[in-house]
Amino acid sequence: MASDTTTRPASPEQIKAVPVRHRGRWIAAAVIAVLIAMFVHMLLTNDVFQWGFMWDNMFTPAVLRGARTTLIMTVLAMVLGVLLGVVFAVMRLSPNPIVAGAAWAYIWFFRAIPRIVLLFFVANLGALYATYNLGFPFDQQLMNLFGFQGDLRFLGLDGNQIFAGFTAGLLGLALSEGAYMAEIVRAGIQSVDPGQAEAASALGMSRGTTMRRIVLPQAMRVIIPPTGNETIAMLKDTSLLIAVPVTSELNFQLRAIGSRTFQIIPMAVASILWYLALTSLLMVGQYFLEKRFSRGFGARETRAQRAAREAESVGSEH
Amino acid sequence: MTDVLETGARPPMVRAESVCKSFGHVDVLKGIDLEVAPREVMCVIGPSGSGKSTFLRCINHLEKINSGRLWVDGHLVGYREKAGKLYELKDKEVAAQRQDIGMVFQRFNLFPHMTALENVMEAPCRVKGVAKDAARERGAELLRRVGLGERMQSYPNQLSGGQQQRVAIARALAMEPKLMLFDEPTSALDPELVGEVLDVMRGLAESGMTMIVVTHEMGFAREVGDTLVFMDDGVVVEAGDPKQVLTDPQHERTRAFLSKVL
Repeated sequence: MASDTTTRPASPEQIKAVPVRHRGRWIAAAVIAVLIAMFVHMLLTNDVFQWGFMWDNMFTPAVLRGARTTLIMTVLAMVLGVLLGVVFAVMRLSPNPIVAGAAWAYIWFFRAIPRIVLLFFVANLGALYATYNLGFPFDQQLMNLFGFQGDLRFLGLDGNQIFAGFTAGLLGLALSEGAYMAEIVRAGIQSVDPGQAEAASALGMSRGTTMRRIVLPQAMRVIIPPTGNETIAMLKDTSLLIAVPVTSELNFQLRAIGSRTFQIIPMAVASILWYLALTSLLMVGQYFLEKRFSRGFGARETRAQRAAREAESVGSEH
Repeated sequence: MTDVLETGARPPMVRAESVCKSFGHVDVLKGIDLEVAPREVMCVIGPSGSGKSTFLRCINHLEKINSGRLWVDGHLVGYREKAGKLYELKDKEVAAQRQDIGMVFQRFNLFPHMTALENVMEAPCRVKGVAKDAARERGAELLRRVGLGERMQSYPNQLSGGQQQRVAIARALAMEPKLMLFDEPTSALDPELVGEVLDVMRGLAESGMTMIVVTHEMGFAREVGDTLVFMDDGVVVEAGDPKQVLTDPQHERTRAFLSKVL
C-alpha cells in the first residue's frame, strides 16, 4: 500500500476530554445498596431464622442421603428423558405419517399432564393390574383361536413393587421429560442446514450415519442450552416426588426436620440453599458441555491453534 | 441385465435420455438428452432457473427424475430395470451409487464441527470402512494436493471461502469418484478467491477426471471444457465445442444470454 512507503506524520496528541457524568447510575447504585443493607439487616436481626439451628441440621446423614437421591434421580430421569426425546424427535420427523403421528400423540399427552398428577397416577398403577407380564401380544386370544389353553408370557412383575417408590418416580419424570426433550431435539435437528445432510448423502453416507455423525453433533449446539434449563427444572421437580411418595428425597427430609422441631423457616431456608448449591453445580457441567459442542462455531482460530499451525509451517520450511 | 447400458467400446460416463423433472406443477427439466464421455469436462451454462443445478442433482439422485432415463457409467441411476419394469433402489443401494460420484456445492457444505482433515476422512472411514491411519494419510495427501497442507487442523470457519471450497473438493476426491459434479463452485466466492479454486479444478481436469461443471466462469469453460452446454428453460439449447459456442453461437437464445454475461 502507498501509505507504507511514505513517511507518516507524527500522530496527534491523545484526546483528554471531561467524561459525561452518569448521575442516574449513581442514584440506582445507592438505592440498591440501601436495599441490600436492609435485607442483610433482616437476616441478621430476625431470631426466627435460627442460623445456628439451620446449620446444625442441614447436613444430617438423612439430608445428605436425600441430596444423593435427588441428584441420582435428576441424572437418571434426564438420561432417560434425553434418550426418549431423541427417539421421539426422530420419529416426529419421519416420512411415515403413522410413526410421526405416534410421536406427536406421545408429546401431546405427556406435555399436557402436570408432573405431580402423572407421578400420582404412575404410583398407583399397581391398582390396575396386580402383576405386569412381558410376553406375546394377545397371547391368550391367539392360543384360544388355535384351540390351546395357556399363554406366552416370560416375565411377571408385581405391580405394587414396580410402581412404587424410586422406580415409579423415575418412570413418571422420565416419560414427562421425554416429551419436552423431543421438542427440543426436534428444534435442534431442524436448525441444522439441510445442505449438511445433502453433502453427507452425496458422499454416500446412510441416513443413520448422517444423523449420528453430521446432524446430531451440530444440533447439540442448539439442544444443550435448553437441556440445561430442563436439568435444572428436573432437579427442582424431584421435590414433586412427594406425590409417589419417595420420602428419601432432599426436600422431604429437610421439611421433616422442620415440622418435627417446629423450625419451619430455618429448614425452608436450608432447602433454598441446598437447591441453590446443586443448581450451581449443574451450571458448571453445562458450561463444559457447551464448550465441547461449540467446536468449529463462534470464535475463529484460537491463539493456541494459530501458534501450533505457525510452528508447523516454520518446521516444514526447513 | 437391461439396467446396464450396452454400447460400443467406450461407454459414456453419463448418459441422459429425455430426462424430465418437475416440482409440483413447475417443469424444471423438459427432456434433457446428453452424453458425457469418460475424461471429458463438460461445462453447463445458462440463466438462473434454467435447470442446470437440478440436472446436476438428478445425476446423483439427490432429485428423482419424473421421466426419461439417466445412466452413470452404464448403470441406471436410482432404479433397476427388470423385464421392462422399473424398481426403485433401496436407500443403501442409492448410497452405494453415490460413492462413485463426487459433488461440490455452491455453498461448500463442509461439516463445521470437524477440522479440514476430519472432513476429508469422514466418508472413507464411515462409508468405506477405511482404517483411520490410512484415511488420515490419504486425506493429508489430498489436502496438500489442493494446496492446504498447512491448514489441515483448521475448522471450516477459520478458512476463507476459497480454502473451504478446496477442502470440499478434497473431501469429494477422498471417495475416489469416477465422476465429479460441480454446482456453481465459485459463485459464492469473493472475486479474488475464484482463481485458486479454478486452478484446482483445472489440475483435476488435466489428471483425467470426468467432470460436469455448472458455472458462470466463461474463461474456465473456454480453456478447460471439452464441451459447452447452454441450457435455458429446462432444455439444452446448444451444445458443442466451447470456443465455437462462445464465439459463434447458433441460437438466438444463446446469443442473447452471452451478450449479457460476456
